[in-house]
Amino acid sequence: MFLQLLVTGLVVGSIYALVALGFVLIYKASDCINFAQGEFLLVGAYVALWVVTSYNVPFLPAVMLTLCLALALGVLVERMVLRPFIGEPVISVIMATIGLSSLMRGVTQLIWGTDTMIYPPVFPQEPVNLAGVVISQVYLWSLGLAILLLAVFSLFFKFTTTGIVMRAVADDQQAALSMGISVKKVFAITWAIAAMVAAVGGILLGNINGVNSSLAHLGLKVLPVAILGGLDSIPGAILGGFIIGVLENLVGGYLDPVFGGGVKEVVPFVILVLILLVRPYGLFGKEVIERV
Amino acid sequence: MAVLFAPAAKAKVAAIIVFFLVLPYFVSPYFISVVNLIAIAVIGALGLNILTGFTGQISIGHGAFMGVGAYTVGILTTKVGLSYWAALPLAGIMAAMVGAVFGIPSLRLKGLYLAIATLAAQVIIEYTIIHWTGLTNGSAGIVIDAPSVGTMSLADDKNFYYFALLIALAAVVCTVNLFRSRVGRAFMAVRDRDLAAAVMGINLLQYKVMSFGLSAFYAGIAGALMAGYLRVITVENFTVEVSIQYLAMIIIGGLGSVMGSIYGAAFMTLLPIFLRTAADFLGAFLPNVAHFLLSMQTALFGLIIVLFLVFEPEGLAKLWKDIKDYFRLWPFSY
Repeated sequence: MFLQLLVTGLVVGSIYALVALGFVLIYKASDCINFAQGEFLLVGAYVALWVVTSYNVPFLPAVMLTLCLALALGVLVERMVLRPFIGEPVISVIMATIGLSSLMRGVTQLIWGTDTMIYPPVFPQEPVNLAGVVISQVYLWSLGLAILLLAVFSLFFKFTTTGIVMRAVADDQQAALSMGISVKKVFAITWAIAAMVAAVGGILLGNINGVNSSLAHLGLKVLPVAILGGLDSIPGAILGGFIIGVLENLVGGYLDPVFGGGVKEVVPFVILVLILLVRPYGLFGKEVIERV
Repeated sequence: MAVLFAPAAKAKVAAIIVFFLVLPYFVSPYFISVVNLIAIAVIGALGLNILTGFTGQISIGHGAFMGVGAYTVGILTTKVGLSYWAALPLAGIMAAMVGAVFGIPSLRLKGLYLAIATLAAQVIIEYTIIHWTGLTNGSAGIVIDAPSVGTMSLADDKNFYYFALLIALAAVVCTVNLFRSRVGRAFMAVRDRDLAAAVMGINLLQYKVMSFGLSAFYAGIAGALMAGYLRVITVENFTVEVSIQYLAMIIIGGLGSVMGSIYGAAFMTLLPIFLRTAADFLGAFLPNVAHFLLSMQTALFGLIIVLFLVFEPEGLAKLWKDIKDYFRLWPFSY
């Protein structure tokens, strides 16, 4: 049982890591958190499904198309909703993204309804046997993708001009402006990238569970992951994803009989409260939480 | 009542109170039931506004604190056998204690991190309510008897109306006066610049926790009223969506404004009713429109929050003031 729980935790964790990456990217560049991240997942999953089933587009081109649309959506959201809040108190930005999440959830329901939709099989169906533990292949794909994206974004933030500019903006908007950096452009790029990462996560999740509006709840569920790893740390998001995935499965597996089920849902948030009390900047975050 | 400083203002307040006292004799019972819901929402919104609008601490757990109040009433009346009237203040106190506990992280956390901490509070409280079945009956909920005064049962909408009106009025007066006191001023100082507040001798932990407790007290009372009004207590009335609705109320009404809480509560309670009426009307022409009602409601909530934040961050309270000023100064614009 322990091994099965551990491996399930790891693979679920890889998906958490992917979703948490979206939070971290936006936080890294604009110091705000996107409570609508779950809805970005949802939109990505729906759009890809819609392109695949309605127009019979093969899966890979459909994913490319979805990524383009996600890019446009990210830029649009940044321009319409977030731009007016540059320099406003963080509380306004939080509420704006909460409003945005409600808006996006309503619109996706208007377009695609509330029934669960199923992806046509994309990944090979037969499960893989890893040292006696059985897992399905889509989890391995998400694991691989999470690690790939980790590498790509780590290099991106370290070596490319755009990545360095994004870090500069996160550090101090005014200083960045005085160096001739267009903060608006950087924000647009950030939101576009975050929306694309979310779309990838949404497509993977849609392949596992089908698509319905409960997918968006994952956006909130993954917050503990981003906090545990440190909100501005990409390796933190990935590692945090694995830690939370494993912990919730282990604790859930052993304590469910004691508390009568559902422990898995609440474990990440209990961990979250503990982290916030003890080490609010997380495992790898920079330690400049304002203390008052 | 230091609120009243001029004869004209006194007359205005008296007129408003008289208006509300005679209201039930002129309108339909359905209208009264809507006003009851608004009165309950006003109490909850005032509580959240004390915390978010006046103290600057964002909370996404307000729905859960209302749930604590409602379930306290439910458990105390059905399992312990207290009367509703004894349980009502205890519900407020219980919610205040829970709120204060979850307010402790606010010493170290600000803005973003605090929002996440209160979200965790929401999830943990919801989980406890659903899974501690021995105490809360889980997802089945608790059914309580209608509270009554002597022989007068509050199951009647009109009787409940006067009760809810009394409590809501008391909440409004208390809140208005709170911000004339040291405590209220301290809250605002914490909001405007916590460091400066600390320098001026305000104990930040004490006042932040106090603000959380007070806010949760209002929420607990609102939850207890909700329990007394609906007489069925289930967890669906206290989810994270409810928390977000209350946030929407104070944003739309006006952050840091007592009147704004009232406008916002009325607005958010009336919006779904208005939408349903509109859908019924449109249903004659467009058959499937009723299907989309719920989604439209969600989308519209979000859109309105965003629009208010972008174009009128001070909410309906400011809008109303602008309109009044326009007519007061007419035909000059200054």
